[in-house]
Amino acid sequence: MKWIKTQNNKVLDLNDIPLLDLRNLRQEIILESKEGKRVIGFFGAKEASLIRLYVILADDKNSCLLISSAIISKINSYPSITNEIPAFHAFEREFFEEFGVESSDHPWLKPVRYSQNRFDKTQKIENYPFFKMEGEDVHEVAVGPIHAGVIEPGHFRFMCNGENVYHLEIQLGYQHKNIEDLFLQKNKPLMHLAESIAGDTVIGHSIAYCNAVEALMNIQISERAELIRAVALEMERIAVHIGDLGAISNDIAYLMGNSIFGATRTLVINTLLEICGSRYGRGLVREGGVAFDIDENLSDRISKMLDTILKSVKIIGETLFSSSSVLSRLEKTGVLSKETALEIGLAGMSARASGISIDIRTNHPWGEYKNRNTEIITMKTGDVYARAYIRYMEIMQSAEIIRDLLKKLSVCKDNQLLSAFQHKLKSNSIVVSMTEGWRGEVVHTVLTDESGNISKYKIKDPSFNNWYGLALAVRDNGISNFPLINKSFNLSYCGNDL
Amino acid sequence: MFKALKTRIHQGYQAIPDIKKAVINEQFRGLPLINKENCINCGKCISACPTAAINENLSIDMGKCTFCGDCERICPENVIKFTNFHKIASSSREHLIVNSEINENNYRTDAIKASKQIKKLFGRSLKLRQVSAGGCNGCEMELNACSNVNFDMGRFGIEFVASPRHADGILITGPITQNMAFAVEDAYLSVPDPKIIILTGACAISGGVFGNSDALNREFIEKYKIDLYIPGCPVHPLTVINGILDFLIL
Repeated sequence: MKWIKTQNNKVLDLNDIPLLDLRNLRQEIILESKEGKRVIGFFGAKEASLIRLYVILADDKNSCLLISSAIISKINSYPSITNEIPAFHAFEREFFEEFGVESSDHPWLKPVRYSQNRFDKTQKIENYPFFKMEGEDVHEVAVGPIHAGVIEPGHFRFMCNGENVYHLEIQLGYQHKNIEDLFLQKNKPLMHLAESIAGDTVIGHSIAYCNAVEALMNIQISERAELIRAVALEMERIAVHIGDLGAISNDIAYLMGNSIFGATRTLVINTLLEICGSRYGRGLVREGGVAFDIDENLSDRISKMLDTILKSVKIIGETLFSSSSVLSRLEKTGVLSKETALEIGLAGMSARASGISIDIRTNHPWGEYKNRNTEIITMKTGDVYARAYIRYMEIMQSAEIIRDLLKKLSVCKDNQLLSAFQHKLKSNSIVVSMTEGWRGEVVHTVLTDESGNISKYKIKDPSFNNWYGLALAVRDNGISNFPLINKSFNLSYCGNDL
Repeated sequence: MFKALKTRIHQGYQAIPDIKKAVINEQFRGLPLINKENCINCGKCISACPTAAINENLSIDMGKCTFCGDCERICPENVIKFTNFHKIASSSREHLIVNSEINENNYRTDAIKASKQIKKLFGRSLKLRQVSAGGCNGCEMELNACSNVNFDMGRFGIEFVASPRHADGILITGPITQNMAFAVEDAYLSVPDPKIIILTGACAISGGVFGNSDALNREFIEKYKIDLYIPGCPVHPLTVINGILDFLIL
């Protein structure tokens, strides 16, 4: 057996994971990838004194996942997969950085984040090997790690000809605090770590963590808890999307958009605070369910909030997207074609804006999403306009979903919020847990040892896939358009740096 | 044109008129009250706390606290109660540790030791260089919200600026990672004197949920004098603005 089939949140025994020869596994990966499977996990875990490489591919059409592995011993290099399947480039870089196993003909085998566990400690973040361009008309612009605004740190190196960007190299790692290893702490509450993987995707990452450990503890959460989690996830999506439309407006000096979207977002996150005491949904999702209820009174307030914000979003949205001066800045700016997006393995909302139809809520549904058919919204043009307009449409869609969830909540007789459980994880197991955060697929893979302790916690935020998409989208654009293109992706630095 | 005007009229006036009197919804978790008499020493709160913010003698360190409310929920005797009182900034690290004698009325006494000199220097205009150093982006989002149309911090002359050369101090978020340590100090040294340091959020103040990480470098915090601590996880914009206003005696 070359692969074992599994599904989102389904626990497998580690002994059932096929173990192949690395070269054989590489062939298998290339074969499956050419048939449309997508990489969502490619990471090493220490097993005794050896390294075991795990590979997880998503078969989106059939809602299933394929897992396989290889033991790496006595070799320190293999022919790269990236050369055949470019979507592996970041994964192979990460694997090399951590274990020193080189994918020999990888085109740019550079550090991903200068992680604490890096194989070669002599590599320092201040000595990143940047690409160089030479020529009379060429110049470089270096930005960061500290940026002009109040945002996370990262370094951007633009290689320009006049105003025109040939290439942008993005160097990250400044946010790295080795969060994956913090999940290995015993007898410590881990929920708060999950809430802090990316502060803008609190609910998305919390649900991924909870689904994983709940599967490993073999407990079911109540219908009510599933409904409330879904309401929060969609509210998070609406809030960030509205905020991003404001930020995109700001970057094209359309200040009315910035102020109105900004004020509208406040209403959404203040309603989240009314539910759970935090504007970002912290404290709501807990192992075993949720810590706060949405009663009839709150449900009414959420409904009224949706009426108010949809009115505002429609008014400003229609004004924004019909203004020719706005459209001239958004259209054909930062284009990422469907072919390129597929090739590099772009994920989530940005991928949908380039015409790729993937959404974990539909392709690999969990919890309440199993009971519904979420329509996947896509755009074709892959430019800033597409990434802005898809947000506008997803706001409307999420509002509809919330209204429907609230209806279900009102007739839900199950009043249990938190299910009782014993904190005992199934030993020697692996589970892959995926959710669709506002940015795209959030993947948490958890491995346990023979005593039921977490032995490996692997996180993949959609940003990990998409940073390179941003670099490609900036090519052939004026450097002054970079802030706008960057904002249209709005990627997470800590989601990449971990 | 008419469409734009109509949209503008629909927007109306959004700013909170009086920031100092603003009250956050009662669900918000701010200053915790501790009713020590009820405590049965079961220790549940201590083991539920992700950041070891609760001490054996039942005081809570708001510099470590993530305000998650798990201790309040798990306590069988209602010993801990988070109030919606948000003016919890302090210029002293020790003052953030609250015991059963502290409440909304007496917390602010001596919480912020402001000086006339600070008021004279920065009272009319305080420009800050924000440095994000390893957090989760939660505090950064709330700091951006400080400048939006609702909270409108700019009305008090308090603003974030792009260059440390234009700043009167730095405001740090995040636990300060090894990879970011150099840049943090470099930014601080680039600010002209006189200058201040503000730590914002549990991560910056104590390491927060990342306190046990082996990839941090917090030497900067020990090396320089901190002028203001603003607790939260993430910090609420009203906590930030009111904290700075108190610091400037405005």
